[in-house]
Amino acid sequence: MAMTRKQRRTTMIVSALVVLGAAVGLVLYALEDTIVFFYTPSEVVEKNIQAGQRFRLGGLVAAGSVNRGEGTVVSFTVTDTDKKLAVKFDGILPDLFREGQGVVAEGKMTPSGTFEADTVLAKHDENYMPREVADALKKKGVWKDGKKSE
Amino acid sequence: MIAEFGHFALILALTCALLQSLLPLYGAHRNDGSYMRVAEPAALMQFAMVGLAFAALTHAFIVSDFSLKVVWANSHSAKPMIYKISGVWGNHEGSMLLWVLILALFGSCVAAFGTNLPRDLRARVLSVQGMVGVAFLLFIILTSNPFERLSPAPFEGRGLNPILQDPALAIHPPLLYMGYVGLSVAFSFAVAALLSGRVDAAWARWVRPWTLAAWMFLTAGIAMGSWWAYYELGWGGWWFWDPVENASFMPWLVATALLHSAIVVARRGALKIWTLLLSIIAFSLSLLGTFLVRSGVLTSVHSFASDPERGVFILLILCLFIGGSLALFAWRAPSLKAGGLFAPISRETSLVLNNLLLSTAAIAVLTGTLYPLVLEAVGGAKISVGPPYFNLTFGIIILPLLVLVPFGPMLSWKRADLYAASQRLLVAAILALIAIAFSWYAMYGGPVLAAFGIGIGVWLIGGAISELAWRAKVQDRDFKLAWLRLKGLPRSAFGTTLAHAGLGIAVLGIVGVTAWRAEVVAVMKPGDVQQVAGLSVKLMGEAPRTGPNYRDMVGTFEISETGGPVTNVVEATKRVYFPSRQPTSEVAILTYMSGDLYVVMGDEAKGGRTVRVYFNPLIPFIWLGTFIMFLGGLISLTDRRYRVGAPKRAAAKPVKA
Repeated sequence: MAMTRKQRRTTMIVSALVVLGAAVGLVLYALEDTIVFFYTPSEVVEKNIQAGQRFRLGGLVAAGSVNRGEGTVVSFTVTDTDKKLAVKFDGILPDLFREGQGVVAEGKMTPSGTFEADTVLAKHDENYMPREVADALKKKGVWKDGKKSE
Repeated sequence: MIAEFGHFALILALTCALLQSLLPLYGAHRNDGSYMRVAEPAALMQFAMVGLAFAALTHAFIVSDFSLKVVWANSHSAKPMIYKISGVWGNHEGSMLLWVLILALFGSCVAAFGTNLPRDLRARVLSVQGMVGVAFLLFIILTSNPFERLSPAPFEGRGLNPILQDPALAIHPPLLYMGYVGLSVAFSFAVAALLSGRVDAAWARWVRPWTLAAWMFLTAGIAMGSWWAYYELGWGGWWFWDPVENASFMPWLVATALLHSAIVVARRGALKIWTLLLSIIAFSLSLLGTFLVRSGVLTSVHSFASDPERGVFILLILCLFIGGSLALFAWRAPSLKAGGLFAPISRETSLVLNNLLLSTAAIAVLTGTLYPLVLEAVGGAKISVGPPYFNLTFGIIILPLLVLVPFGPMLSWKRADLYAASQRLLVAAILALIAIAFSWYAMYGGPVLAAFGIGIGVWLIGGAISELAWRAKVQDRDFKLAWLRLKGLPRSAFGTTLAHAGLGIAVLGIVGVTAWRAEVVAVMKPGDVQQVAGLSVKLMGEAPRTGPNYRDMVGTFEISETGGPVTNVVEATKRVYFPSRQPTSEVAILTYMSGDLYVVMGDEAKGGRTVRVYFNPLIPFIWLGTFIMFLGGLISLTDRRYRVGAPKRAAAKPVKA
């Protein structure tokens, strides 16, 4: 039972490595399995996203497109000024949700070609613009605002 | 004029910090007392100068001097006074100034209270503090000058982001920074130890109170931020695994590990090298957090790349301090002598396990936080790593730690008897089993894992109390003597118990709200009733109201237990701030023993108003638990053995509390 100093240290290091190895495996598995991709409406068309695949859709809420249906159902159109995509959502929209403003919705495409969102996000940052949306729009040259705390 | 004075004070502070970082280090190297003696006055002077600059900026905010760019961009003359003041740190420039102010405060505390530290250790610690000060003062002066003027001066300011106009958020940043920046002291001690090549039990006793203080503030700061998110954002959630939250949570995890490993160094002389490394990593993660939040990299990787001045500067500071200290560590650590042997079953091993799991959890959070940024920066796909990732990895890693926590304090140093320790935990185990059975029965049909989660919470609380009872020898059934023993226990014993019990209480809250939250979303007209968790919520009516800088639409709700009389009337508000016209929700929260009723006014909808009603079971326990953890830290801090500036133990006499 009595271990030498060296044996003890080896046991300690080996068990630490086992725990770390298991954690790395867990992290890799989780990254593979839980990450969600972000697409703009154009990318949804380009990449031909299949119905049922979960992703985040980002862009601007098209002006005049918000339509409140029965109960808490809301439909609107998300655009990146190039392509558009119709979105259906059942729930309360965030405070910062407005026509003409940036939005990120998470959900799936339905076979009929609309996007069914279960979450609509309005991340609070200094520009009131979700960062993915800002980047995507900047790429399109639509939205410019580099300065952060001006 | 006052602003220019503040700017000048900042430059003087930089000069003090430069002197503080160079001369004492040289003096310690040459063992020359006259150089080392520069450290204390320089540290105090640096604090005084940064304090003046901060006062000057605060003055500008109070009198609404819109000729200053930051005041114009972040304040408004119609804003309540408390938010004019909190506006000082509600922006990039001011919050960096606060960061440096707190850094200088900690430095001057070491200078003022560290009088019993060995001459050269104190000189080196203050010198490293000075170096951090130089880096961040340069950052402020060169890239983020809060005293920049506008000409001509605008007549009115643009106002502070309304969701930041909140009492909790007014004190959240200072608390968080006290934690973040407080870890710089442990860092400075580690670098000083590496420079001098001496790490012993005394060193660990000096480091511990500073780490403990930083940990307490970090705990309180994170809890405050989470509470704010809960009642202000109107989503009923309390933790979102947002990168900004993770930025403060990672240093907390490592600081918690550091607190525990420093005990081993202080008591047994083992784990020295590891503790040094943890001290360096804890502050490195603070710096990383500052970088993530302050460089704009989270707002947009691309705007970071297109306007890189600030980001690159902090990145340089980050690389310099992390790289430099790790290089020093790699160079000097092998020459440190390892100490204290211990058996595989011992208090030491339990603390090693604690450290292993906490650091692994920190690595998992770090990976999830940085992965999307790195992927995007190298031109890969845009992804988001959300709660599913963190819940899975962090949850699985932290679970064994929670189960093992009660064992730690029951094991003796060097070699312990696991069977005896388990016996001492028998009562806690039985209580936990009862709790599992009870919650399974009470919430029949709910998630089974949740019952075990409640069991773990009870196990932690029971284990913490059992430890105290065991140390007072309650099992001897001589309760008078046990009471005397209890009163004679060192305060740090109560600190441990409170911290571990607080953790258990927080776990109860987390499990409760995660597993059993009830939610109803509906369109309501006045007179409509919604039911959730045995409570009836009746919309009475809506009325407009005007505040100093906002306009409200107030919904009044009558709350009753279903079938019973009305017990409460609450107001939930849809608020629009001017001049920005930004809408926010002021949530109605009604706290019961069993949890929070949470009512949110949504938008107008066809035939009424969308209303969201949650019942969040046990959620107040999250903040109660973290507050108790904070208290535990505070009580430990007043323990004579760890008191800042306490002389060697032999000389310590009972002093007034």
